[in-house]
Amino acid sequence: MTLDRSDVEKIAHLARIQISEAEKDKYVHDLNGILALAEDMNAVDTQGISPMAHPLRMVQRLRPDQATEPDRRELFQGIAPAVDNGLYLVPKVIE
Amino acid sequence: MHKMTIAELDRGLRQGAFTSVELTRHFLARIDRYNPRLNAYITIDADRALEAAERADSQRRSGEVGPLAGIPIAHKDIFCTYGLKTSCGSRMLDSFVAPYSATVVERLAQAGVVMLGKTNMDEFAMGSSNETSWYGPVKNPWDEMRVPGGSSGGSAAAVAAYLCAAATGTDTGGSIRQPAALCGLTGLKPTYGRVSRWGMIAFASSLDQAGPMSRTAEDAALLLQAMAGFDPRDSTSSQEAVPDYRAELSRDLAGLRIGLPKEYFGAGLDAGVAASVEAAIAEYRRLGAEIREISLPNSPLSVPTYYVVAPAECSSNLARFDGVRYGHRCQEPRDLLDLYQRSRAEGFGAEVKRRIMIGTYVLSAGYYDAYYLKAQRLRHLISDDFRRAFEQVDVILGPTSPTTAFPLGDKADDPVAMYLNDIYTIATNLAGLPGLSLPVAQAGGLPVGLQLIGDYFQEGRLLNVAHKLQEVTDWHRASPPGFE
Repeated sequence: MTLDRSDVEKIAHLARIQISEAEKDKYVHDLNGILALAEDMNAVDTQGISPMAHPLRMVQRLRPDQATEPDRRELFQGIAPAVDNGLYLVPKVIE
Repeated sequence: MHKMTIAELDRGLRQGAFTSVELTRHFLARIDRYNPRLNAYITIDADRALEAAERADSQRRSGEVGPLAGIPIAHKDIFCTYGLKTSCGSRMLDSFVAPYSATVVERLAQAGVVMLGKTNMDEFAMGSSNETSWYGPVKNPWDEMRVPGGSSGGSAAAVAAYLCAAATGTDTGGSIRQPAALCGLTGLKPTYGRVSRWGMIAFASSLDQAGPMSRTAEDAALLLQAMAGFDPRDSTSSQEAVPDYRAELSRDLAGLRIGLPKEYFGAGLDAGVAASVEAAIAEYRRLGAEIREISLPNSPLSVPTYYVVAPAECSSNLARFDGVRYGHRCQEPRDLLDLYQRSRAEGFGAEVKRRIMIGTYVLSAGYYDAYYLKAQRLRHLISDDFRRAFEQVDVILGPTSPTTAFPLGDKADDPVAMYLNDIYTIATNLAGLPGLSLPVAQAGGLPVGLQLIGDYFQEGRLLNVAHKLQEVTDWHRASPPGFE
């Protein structure tokens, strides 16, 4: 499987990263290089081997369903690019 | 006093030979003098460092304090520090002032350390040379034309050049051990879950671990003692009890079974590095250890497996940087899509974008099974190799990195060549095992790192095995010329 420019455009869109025309060929080259490295995985047959998602075979801890964190909205919004009236501002989404 | 270990500094402070304020001023002066050359620090926090030093001195006057009280250290800029810029080496977070502190930062502060500042790093910890930082590359104090390793390259250079007594690092595929090797330090990546990841900016959540970078194994033991332990705020934090690491240091090595994986001594290993590792193996024989050859047959697959798993997790973790709640936002976005796409294009550097895109691809519909699921199955095989090895040996030994520090710019344009630096360190992250790098005999005037890998939660054993070598050798005492 080799990626071409249109694959790179699709991936960049999924990743929400703008790439320029000039960058596309470089990404085609770099991403194909990395995927060629990944192809080395096919040297081993893994049929019947269960996937390992996590290094320690532990179960997820549960905690009582109680609010424990205080309201720190002002502190957190203090570092936001744009806020108004306690709301995060983004460009108009619905006309 | 800057060349002293933490244990020696602690004795000096206890005996009143100097105060923490004097020590802190001394390190701050060295930072002023040498940091412009090395670029090891992104942020220096002199005012608060001196306040913390005064607090430590006053606590010492009024009663008993722990072994880290008043010791000046640095934190990798991946750890959130309340009220202080936390950039993660990225333009995306250039203006980010953390609204809380990481558990690691809090625990060390409680132990009384003085934080001098935040160290440079590869952007979002993605790199093996510290060249992907938005703040520019870090220079290796041993040769300023060479890289310090990465991603914790600023921490490594700062400790090696005596710009702090020790530093924190994080290790997702070798990012503590490889820079420790290239700069001549002791660096420990603990078992996954041993140290809390809360407040540590996430790269690949099933691989990331924080650990100490120091001059000696004894210092690493003191730091890990404060860093390790259960944290309810990290859902993958282990509840395993934390042993007394310092008490384990002096255990005799007679009868210790050390395994040498034949795959770690094959083609691609620099001859000078191999000779240094052999010299250390000879020392271990003299100390009574039994050396056996073992095999980790799937280890050649660890690099391709990692470079699917880690980018997949990175693409998911870094989706949070959207230009809305914090971090970089582009000027005058046309619409929401434009806001996301340009903020991320401007905020992230080339390597981070490459990894996000690879991760997006291997998780996308139609390719998930062939790449991500395949990599997770291989991860199981790689992990099983270690399980079988630890039925035969107590500790696994090999080189940390295939070469000594390479020249700046050498591999910066070739991502795959850069990834192959991690060939000996990555498998332990995939398996979640602890790994330690310690300096052994130099090759061509540059430090060489020896890697020790232990079974789960055997950090004490690794520190012990490293400490016994440091008792009988002085490789860890070497100083980079010009920084004495």
